Amino acid sequence: MPNLLEIAGRETLSQLDYVGSLNLQLWSTLRGMRAALPLVGNRHRWRAAVQQMLDIGVDALPMVALLAMCSGFILAMQGASELRRFGALHFVIDLVAVGFTRELGPLLTAIAVSGRSGSAFAAEIGTMKVTEEIDALKVMAFEPVEFLLAPKYLAALVAVPCLSIAANFFGILAGGFFMFFSTHLGLLLYFRYVLSSIVLRDVLAGLLKSLAFATIIAHVGCLEGLRVRGGPDAVGRSTTSAVVRSTFMVIVADAVFTAIFYFMGRT
Amino acid sequence: MPIISVRDVVVEYDGRRVLDGLNLDIEPGQITVLLGGSGSGKSTLLRQILGLERPKSGSISIQGTDITRCTQADLKKVRRSIGVAFQSAALFNSLSLQENVALTLREHTALAPSIIDLIVWMKLAVVGLAEFGKLHPQELSGGMKKRAAVARALAMDPEILVLDEPSAGLDPIVAAELDELIVFLKETFQITALVVTHELQSAFRIADRIAMLFNGKLLAVGSKEEIRANVHPRVQQFLNRVPDSPVHTPALASYLGQYVQMQEVNHDH
Repeated sequence: MPNLLEIAGRETLSQLDYVGSLNLQLWSTLRGMRAALPLVGNRHRWRAAVQQMLDIGVDALPMVALLAMCSGFILAMQGASELRRFGALHFVIDLVAVGFTRELGPLLTAIAVSGRSGSAFAAEIGTMKVTEEIDALKVMAFEPVEFLLAPKYLAALVAVPCLSIAANFFGILAGGFFMFFSTHLGLLLYFRYVLSSIVLRDVLAGLLKSLAFATIIAHVGCLEGLRVRGGPDAVGRSTTSAVVRSTFMVIVADAVFTAIFYFMGRT
Repeated sequence: MPIISVRDVVVEYDGRRVLDGLNLDIEPGQITVLLGGSGSGKSTLLRQILGLERPKSGSISIQGTDITRCTQADLKKVRRSIGVAFQSAALFNSLSLQENVALTLREHTALAPSIIDLIVWMKLAVVGLAEFGKLHPQELSGGMKKRAAVARALAMDPEILVLDEPSAGLDPIVAAELDELIVFLKETFQITALVVTHELQSAFRIADRIAMLFNGKLLAVGSKEEIRANVHPRVQQFLNRVPDSPVHTPALASYLGQYVQMQEVNHDH
């Protein structure tokens, strides 16, 4: 029976292998990404990227909007219940506006996209691996990274920040509804307060985070799909793994970004 | 001069030798059948020939290019001259049959869409699927999928056609139809075909040459008559479908002994 040291060693090697695979895939995809760009790239890849953008972005919009509105409402209610005691109910607007643009908008979007599209990437590529379609692509003189991965990366990099902006809007709107029902504050005035409480740096920080989250989701989803070995059960495992790993990595990355912005803001 | 030349190829998976110094020449314009039982190394050899894996040692030349040492760009060039139909057909499920066949033409040539359409319908007609071009792979039967895979493999007018277990899992009539199609393609287009199979009837129906593999080694190679006349016991065993009697294997005998002992102990209690 293996001892603790052996288990720790094996796990470390396995995680290092995973990180190495992520790095290799990232560089090869960045190299292949040019093919998916409009005008300079291959029009078929660009068309595939647009289709992916619709799948990742437009199709996810209702879900992200609902998620953001519920969260905005919850945040406003929870904030109000405490701030009311100090006679600072108007700070709910700052809480919702800053909370969403800096944090909740990108994070909620990333979690929703990870569950919807990260798992879909892993399932699609994993199934193609099992059914020899990836091998078929190779022998047909296609580059699977350029053919499959690059459009997904590009689409995620465009769609996730757009969804984050939408999530910000719907989350803040929900806060506005709460303020309207609890204090009869008009929506127009509410949005004027919102604009005065957030600065461009908040929005840019949120967008930067969402770009990083998009990379993580596309990256992990595709890698999990490419690592599938065996039959259909392996595809199921890779799909679960894609969601779990990408959500975990998104939250870790968020913590790192928030810490960096916090210390940058303080100095 | 052989169109494919395999020299001293060794392939190992986790220290287990799957191909053991294999040498094989595939002559142009012929149908060569790779015959052998399960685990003999046929599919592994095929993956090496297609450049999907690199051997531990040895070389594989296709039309003079050593694909074990060439660049990715050269490998792509070689691959454009090969059409492959996989065992599972490996058609793209998100595309219709027509789009599956058109894919390489659309991506690798500058042909006008109308010409591509015409070529696609011609290829589908060759395999008898002209009426089904609009269907998706999941709407086709097993035999139709295999034929569709052949149509896709023929799209770029390849010089070499590689077919992995074309008749596996098909009923005898559909299998015979596929065999006829392979012979028809060779006779009509002077195509070189490499067919991997373990089905004797199919192999002897289509082959100009048969290469027989066993345990990662080339056991015999020659015409159908030469293979039939080969006196190697493994060749004869395979041709005459003589099983390796499983009860004589030491492992099974040992398990049986343990089982009998346990039964006796249970009986005593």
